[in-house]
Amino acid sequence: MSSVNTAPKSYLSAGQGLRSWIFTLDHKRIGLLYLMAMSTFFLSGMTLGFLMRLELIAPGPTIVSAQTYNSFFTLHGVIMIFLFVIPGLPAVFGNFMLPLMIGAKDVFFPRLNLLSWWLFITGACLAFASLLTGSGPPDTGWTFYAPYSLRTGTNVSLAVFGAFVLGFSSILTGLNFVTTIHRMRAPGMTWFRMPLFPWALYATGWVQVLATPILGITLLLVILERWLGLGLFNPEMGGDPILYQHLFWIYSHPAVYIMILPAMGAITEIIPVYARKTIFGYKAIAFSSVAIALLGYLVWAHHMFTSGMSDTARMIFSLLTFLVAIPSAIKVFNWVGTLYKGSIQIGTPFLYAMAFIFLFSVGGLTGLMQGALSINLRVHGTYFIVGHFHYVMFGGTAFAFFGSLHYWFPKMFGRMYNAKVANMAWAILFIGLNTLYFPMFILGWEGMPRRYYDYLPEFQTGNVISTVGSWILISGVLLMLGNLLMALLKGRHAEPNPWGGTTLEWTVSSPPPLENFEVTPVVTGGPYAYGRGDKQDD
Amino acid sequence: MFGRSYTPIGMSDVIFLGFLVICLVLLVGITVTMVYFIIRYSRKRHPQAEQIPGNIPLEIIWTVLPTVLVLGMFYYGWVGFKTLRQVPGDALQISVTGRMWTWTFEYPNGLKANTLKVPVKKAVNLNLTSADVLHSFFVPAFRIKEDAVPGMKTYLWFQAEREGTYDVFCSEYCGTGHSGMLSKIEVVSQDVFDQWYAGETAKPVKAPDGAALVVSAGCTGCHSLDGSRIVGPSLKGIFGEKTHVLTDGVERDIVVDEDYIRRSLLEPGKDVVEGYPAIMPAQTQLSAEEIDAIIDYLKTLK
Repeated sequence: MSSVNTAPKSYLSAGQGLRSWIFTLDHKRIGLLYLMAMSTFFLSGMTLGFLMRLELIAPGPTIVSAQTYNSFFTLHGVIMIFLFVIPGLPAVFGNFMLPLMIGAKDVFFPRLNLLSWWLFITGACLAFASLLTGSGPPDTGWTFYAPYSLRTGTNVSLAVFGAFVLGFSSILTGLNFVTTIHRMRAPGMTWFRMPLFPWALYATGWVQVLATPILGITLLLVILERWLGLGLFNPEMGGDPILYQHLFWIYSHPAVYIMILPAMGAITEIIPVYARKTIFGYKAIAFSSVAIALLGYLVWAHHMFTSGMSDTARMIFSLLTFLVAIPSAIKVFNWVGTLYKGSIQIGTPFLYAMAFIFLFSVGGLTGLMQGALSINLRVHGTYFIVGHFHYVMFGGTAFAFFGSLHYWFPKMFGRMYNAKVANMAWAILFIGLNTLYFPMFILGWEGMPRRYYDYLPEFQTGNVISTVGSWILISGVLLMLGNLLMALLKGRHAEPNPWGGTTLEWTVSSPPPLENFEVTPVVTGGPYAYGRGDKQDD
Repeated sequence: MFGRSYTPIGMSDVIFLGFLVICLVLLVGITVTMVYFIIRYSRKRHPQAEQIPGNIPLEIIWTVLPTVLVLGMFYYGWVGFKTLRQVPGDALQISVTGRMWTWTFEYPNGLKANTLKVPVKKAVNLNLTSADVLHSFFVPAFRIKEDAVPGMKTYLWFQAEREGTYDVFCSEYCGTGHSGMLSKIEVVSQDVFDQWYAGETAKPVKAPDGAALVVSAGCTGCHSLDGSRIVGPSLKGIFGEKTHVLTDGVERDIVVDEDYIRRSLLEPGKDVVEGYPAIMPAQTQLSAEEIDAIIDYLKTLK
């Protein structure tokens, strides 16, 4: 007798062919589209990073010219920041998991969601086109500081226009998520019964909606200034280059929180599952996300402590910068508190979460040091800063991204990966990251400026160690990706809930059906109800 | 905490070290607690988790303590910063101009140089500006930097406590020659400085020297004198030679003559030698005599 399969078709088998993907309205497929695009971008950015480190293995010209090196670090920054770190977690895991976690069928605006992806791809194509057309790839650094960006002969306008288009993708995604969270939570899911990853996405969404337009306008002004000579930023025409820096950082500092808030949210999901314990301080973590989003608007000028801005402004922004550290610290304490009296099983996502706490702390604490004005005068513009933000961006956001990938992989693809290899890749990544970025703190403390094609011989030891670290790190990335690709092809089928999670995405099959829930779930308690009969605080 | 015995540099170091210790204590504290919990509450040792949704007093403690700590850190950072910004009244005033990719120092008596010579134990105030894009004047040994902004005056000051030579870097990205935009601060005794200062000033105004100019104007940062390729074409033996240039995107052959060199210095974007980026900044600071001297020098550079 042939058994009748009553389970609904998974979203992966719901349609075939390219068109069923690139014109899909399914939030899960759109999440995967982002994942595929971003993996490509991440690998290109990583290749540029590898070449930069190779150039810096010895002082003087090594493999490329100064002009080429300057384009390398510009593109490395543009690709990694605009195409991977900023959109990363919200676009991939936010898209895929947000509706599942709040018990919804899709996001509120599915068509807008598809448009966001197309804008993302268009922006990325424009950025890549700036490499191959015109008078050479941009050489301004990802910050496009005026007046250099106004006078360089390279292809700045096209790259800047690419970033402008990417901004719209970000705004629309943020708008979509904020609306989804307001309108589409399952019956019974009050705000304080909502898991903390959606909380983080909610805070992030507002930052995306409110801050990104400023970047859009600023970049448009750069283009107009280059074409028409408006004279806003160009001192030769009475413009003010420091105005450009203010406008740029009014977006780009909140953007740092667009990068890190969802990462914190993902870590908050992973820890309770592996500790079999409800999250410690649910409300403290939720409100910290909102506090970071709010305070994050008020600290932009700490990127400008040596710019020539007035000393009073420097004092005020230093004070505000120190305040934004507090909600981050609260989160770290609550994560560690969640481990207390838990029943901890170590799995790959948990290892990434623990590494995140350590690496993010290194990045955050060195950030605290830079917030102090007297220290900033010394370390600003040096490798100390490069070390700091790579600990936050790679050790923080990218580690959270990799952790999320290992955490939700069975749900997204319905396959299990080899945990031993995954753990090995994690260890190699962790060692590689520290070998690559830790020497930068010492180099910066000794005075090596950043964006240097060539350096004095006394800086060589640190640079060699760092370059070797880049090789270790890249081996880790390749092993991790290889392991996941193997799992896609040959991994055994995943249970609906392989890790024992309590949030709603684990109640549906792996991979989830096209419309997520056959019956709309009704929520009666908080999201992390472990232990029998324990009442969740809500 | 800070007696009078601290120099601004010493104070900057004390703050740095103090903050480093605070941050290390926090980092080690967090990490050790985390690792201890992972081991102590592993599923083997602790099969049943205890559900603890939170603890309000604990939340208050770890909100208030970090707040007090960071406010303290802010305060000491500000105190150290003030000493690095308050220029003593008797400071030696020097004007500094950053330009792609050299620094020019101008003393009160009009003396100009590409490296800075100052007396030991004497406050020196540098009045910074830029002739083209953003630069940043950075002296690691004195723990200070400040951007040189076109169209704007900024400043920084220092006082060297020991004689010696100290590196100056540009720490704001400024294009192809950024990492080569180096200079030195030579700190000498007051006597040596006075002698040098008087001697350099007393020298009769001499005709500009082309060989010295190609170095001091920064030409050699990108153009070698020995035929090797750096950023731009080498200057060796170019005078009177044919070269292939792009004029408004159109290729043509020209002969390097006096006119061409003058045009290349003042309007470098006009005729760009093929195969090189059009990035050379215009050298409008050079006088007509100085340009003539450079042309005469290039004629001899075979």
